Amino acid sequence: MDYNFNFDAVWRDFDLLLTGLGLGITLAFISILIGSLIGLFAAFAMLSKNSFIRRIAVTYVTAIRNTPILVLIFFVFFALPQLGVRLGKIDSFIFTLTIYSGAYLTEVFRGGLIALPPGLHDAGLAVGLTEWKTKIYIIIPVMIRNVLPALSNNFISLFKDTSLAAAIAVPELTFYARQINVNTFRVIECWTVASLMYVAACYIIAAGLRHFERKLQIP
Amino acid sequence: MDLSLFIKELLIARGAIWDGFLMTMAISTLAISLGSVLGLFVGLALVYAWVPVRFLVRIYVDFIRGTPVFVLVLASFYILSGIGIQLNAFQAGVLAITLFCSTHVAEMIRGALGAIHRGQVEAALAIGLTFRQTFVSVLMPQALRQILPTWVNASTEMVKASTLLSVIGVAELLLSTQQIISRNFLSLEFYFLAGFIYFLIDFSIERLGRFCERKLAYN
Repeated sequence: MDYNFNFDAVWRDFDLLLTGLGLGITLAFISILIGSLIGLFAAFAMLSKNSFIRRIAVTYVTAIRNTPILVLIFFVFFALPQLGVRLGKIDSFIFTLTIYSGAYLTEVFRGGLIALPPGLHDAGLAVGLTEWKTKIYIIIPVMIRNVLPALSNNFISLFKDTSLAAAIAVPELTFYARQINVNTFRVIECWTVASLMYVAACYIIAAGLRHFERKLQIP
Repeated sequence: MDLSLFIKELLIARGAIWDGFLMTMAISTLAISLGSVLGLFVGLALVYAWVPVRFLVRIYVDFIRGTPVFVLVLASFYILSGIGIQLNAFQAGVLAITLFCSTHVAEMIRGALGAIHRGQVEAALAIGLTFRQTFVSVLMPQALRQILPTWVNASTEMVKASTLLSVIGVAELLLSTQQIISRNFLSLEFYFLAGFIYFLIDFSIERLGRFCERKLAYN
């Protein structure tokens, strides 16, 4: 095995990789933000008394969680135009990742809601808050604090899923890594640097969320 | 949507879809079984190995887990052929998913072994069992029982990850579907069909996981 390392080829285009990583983080951030809202609504819907609403939420979560995200990406990008919905590649990826993260976050939030003591809800009503205010001011803040560890695991894995955007030519980190690979044939260097960048980003996200977790911890 | 056209095209394409399905199952089964065996050893190394080895194994696990599977697949495909190890796309892809699976199984094993109370090991050693006997007849049965549901659910992740091999040209279900679509342009119908087949595979695995969970629950 004679392979001469030459990282110059990668450093020359390092700014491309960084731009790609930045785009990946942006995509993940937007999708997770909207996905969390969907997740919150769907989690309440899954525990709703109305069986119709419950069934819609369960179908959404089951269908999305059991379908590979690459199939969803291709479906949104290549098949939805047949129904007249034609999104650009970045928009279509954000749309897909939002729907996808919504389903995963629903499960997290649902778990958090189930684990709350029922007294919390009753206490809110007892002090005169309405049903909605109880949810917004009491249930959701306490629940989010409890599910933060599970939430950060999900955030990290959703961030890693942004690499799949390369499959529809969204210029993020994996896309550029592949481009450098094809242009220079510095295979080991370019993939090592790319995965180290992903690992570093994951570590930073995890550390940030842990810091957040500690700040929010109930003393 | 023209249903009779779809059925006609489906009859033409049924062989390709079946072959793709078999390929998907082959990739998943191989990766899950090889990955679980490797993961068992990696997990044991994470708990019991000599500290420097444990440190190296920890780096391996964190590195693989921090890298998106898609990057692993591409890296394994390009790097191995780049440095002169001749693997075809199928082997390289299975290798990538095997590594991915091994780190997940390793973390499960580590978690399960960590959850067993220390007193059990001490008790076993006190009644004169060797470490090997303790491990085989005290720790392993409990650990396996605890990780079985999680392990079954992790298998759905591997089935989903198998779609990524379509990008490096392994004709599994997703790539077969794409090839069919490029001939008949029924993207909506066939992507939906592919998604539905994946859903059926993953949903059955998930049900199996629930079943194991119920069967193995301590009463």
